[in-house]
Amino acid sequence: MNAKMVDFGGWDMPLHYGSQLDEHHKVRSDAGMFDVSHMLAVDIEGERARAFLRQLVANNIDKLTQPGKALYSCMLNPDGGVIDDLIIYFLTESHFRMVVNAGTADKDMTWMLSQCDRIAPGLEITPRRDLAMIAVQGPNARAKVWQVLPGSQTDTENLKLFQAAFFDKYFIARTGYTGEDGFEITLPATDAANFWNKLHAAGVAPAGLGARDTLRLEAGMNLYGQDMDETINPLEAGLGWTVDLKSDRDFIGKQALLDKRVTQQLTGLVLLDRGVLRSHQKVVTKNGGGEGEITSGGFSPTLNQSIALARLPLGVSPGDEVQVVVRDKELKAKVVKYPFVRNGKILV
Amino acid sequence: MSIPNDLKYTKSHEWVRLEDDGTATIGITQHAQELLGDMVFVETPAVGRQLKQGDECAVVESVKAAADVYAPITGEVTAANPELASAPEKINQDAYAAWLFRLKPANTSDLEKLLDSGGYQKLLESEDH
Repeated sequence: MNAKMVDFGGWDMPLHYGSQLDEHHKVRSDAGMFDVSHMLAVDIEGERARAFLRQLVANNIDKLTQPGKALYSCMLNPDGGVIDDLIIYFLTESHFRMVVNAGTADKDMTWMLSQCDRIAPGLEITPRRDLAMIAVQGPNARAKVWQVLPGSQTDTENLKLFQAAFFDKYFIARTGYTGEDGFEITLPATDAANFWNKLHAAGVAPAGLGARDTLRLEAGMNLYGQDMDETINPLEAGLGWTVDLKSDRDFIGKQALLDKRVTQQLTGLVLLDRGVLRSHQKVVTKNGGGEGEITSGGFSPTLNQSIALARLPLGVSPGDEVQVVVRDKELKAKVVKYPFVRNGKILV
Repeated sequence: MSIPNDLKYTKSHEWVRLEDDGTATIGITQHAQELLGDMVFVETPAVGRQLKQGDECAVVESVKAAADVYAPITGEVTAANPELASAPEKINQDAYAAWLFRLKPANTSDLEKLLDSGGYQKLLESEDH
C-alpha cells in the first residue's frame, strides 16, 4: 500500500500511506482504518477474575455488569503512577478481556502475573498474539463494516459507545481513538489481511500512526508515554474521571493518590501565533503561578492551527493566555477546555 | 527521485540555484520534503540578515517534525518567499518551485564547493544503506 514505515516500540508500523493530512480528513468526514494489531489483547479467565480486576485497576470494574460492556481505566503502581491505560471488556463473569498498549505490553504482563499470584492465584492470564485488531473510524465507518460483513448489522447496530458484541469470529466494539464514531474489531490474525482488503475495496482509507496521533490529540485523548507514565499521577494527567476514589473499594495506588496533593492539571492549548506546538516545550503562565510543559502538541488539521495538551499549574483557567517557549521565541497560546474536536465538530 | 541538474545541493538537503542577477535561491529538496511529510509551517529569515554558511536560518515544520534549514553559503538575505506563510504545502507539491529565501552571496565561488546533482544522488544512495 506504499506506506511510509517507522519503528514503533519494536513494531514496524505505517506512519502514513501518502498524506497524513488526507488520512486525517478522511476519518473526520468519511471512514478510515488503522491496523492496531500491535496493541495486545489479554484474556483474564477464572472465577476470581472480577475480584482480581477490582484491585488491579483504578476505575471501578463493578460498573461492568452486562456482557460486552467496556471500561477505560488506568493500572497504577503502588505510588499512584500510571503503569498503563487500557480497556477492559466484560465477556462473562469468569472471562474479561483487556486491551493494553504495545510499548507497555511486556511490563503489563509481568506486573499482572505477579499481582495475580498475590490477589487471585489460579487465574489464567493469556496474551492473545493470535488476534489482530483493526480500527475503522469515521462517520461512515460502521456502515462500511456492515457492508463488508453481511449479517453483522443486526448484532452491532444497537451497540452504544463502549459496548461490544461477537459476530462470527469478529469481536466488534464501538470504541476508538479518534473522536469519531466507529468500531474497533478484534479478529484472528490469519483473517486480518483479507478483512483489511475488503474494507479497502469498500472505500475505507488506510490511515497510519501519524493521522492516529493528530486525531486522538484533537479528540483530547491521552497517549501513554507522553501525557502520562509511571511518574505521573492520573489526577494530574486529566484522568481523574477514570479513577474511582468514591467507593470503599481498595485498589493498587489508591492510598498514594489520597495522600498526594494535586498541583497540576492537564489542559488544552490553542496556539495564537504562527508555529507548531510540540511535546516538552515549556509553558510560562502569568497568573497560574509557575511553569508547565506541553505533553502532546502538533498541528490540528481540523482547526488548521496548532494545538496541544499541557500539564499546567492548577491556577490556570480556560481563557487564560500563556506563553510557550518555541526555540528562541515565546509564542502566545490560549488555554481551552479539551476535546478540541468531536464527531467532526470543532468545540474550542 | 527528482534531482534537477541545474541546481547545487548540500548534505543537509538544501538546494541552491544561482540566478542571472547573481543572487542565489534556496529551498529544500524533494527528498527532504518526502522525509518530513505534509508541511504545516515555514519560518523564513528576515530580509537583510547576514548569514554565514551553516547558520540555522529557516525552519520547516511538517505534521511530523520541525527541521532546521541551514545557510548553504555565506551572504545577505535579499528576499523570502511570501507564499509559504499561508501555503506551506507548496513545498510538498513542488519542492524545487517553492523556494524559501534568496541570498546575495559573499563569494559566488562558494557555490562551486556544493554538491552537484550527481554528488547529491550519491549522498542519498549512501544514506539509504
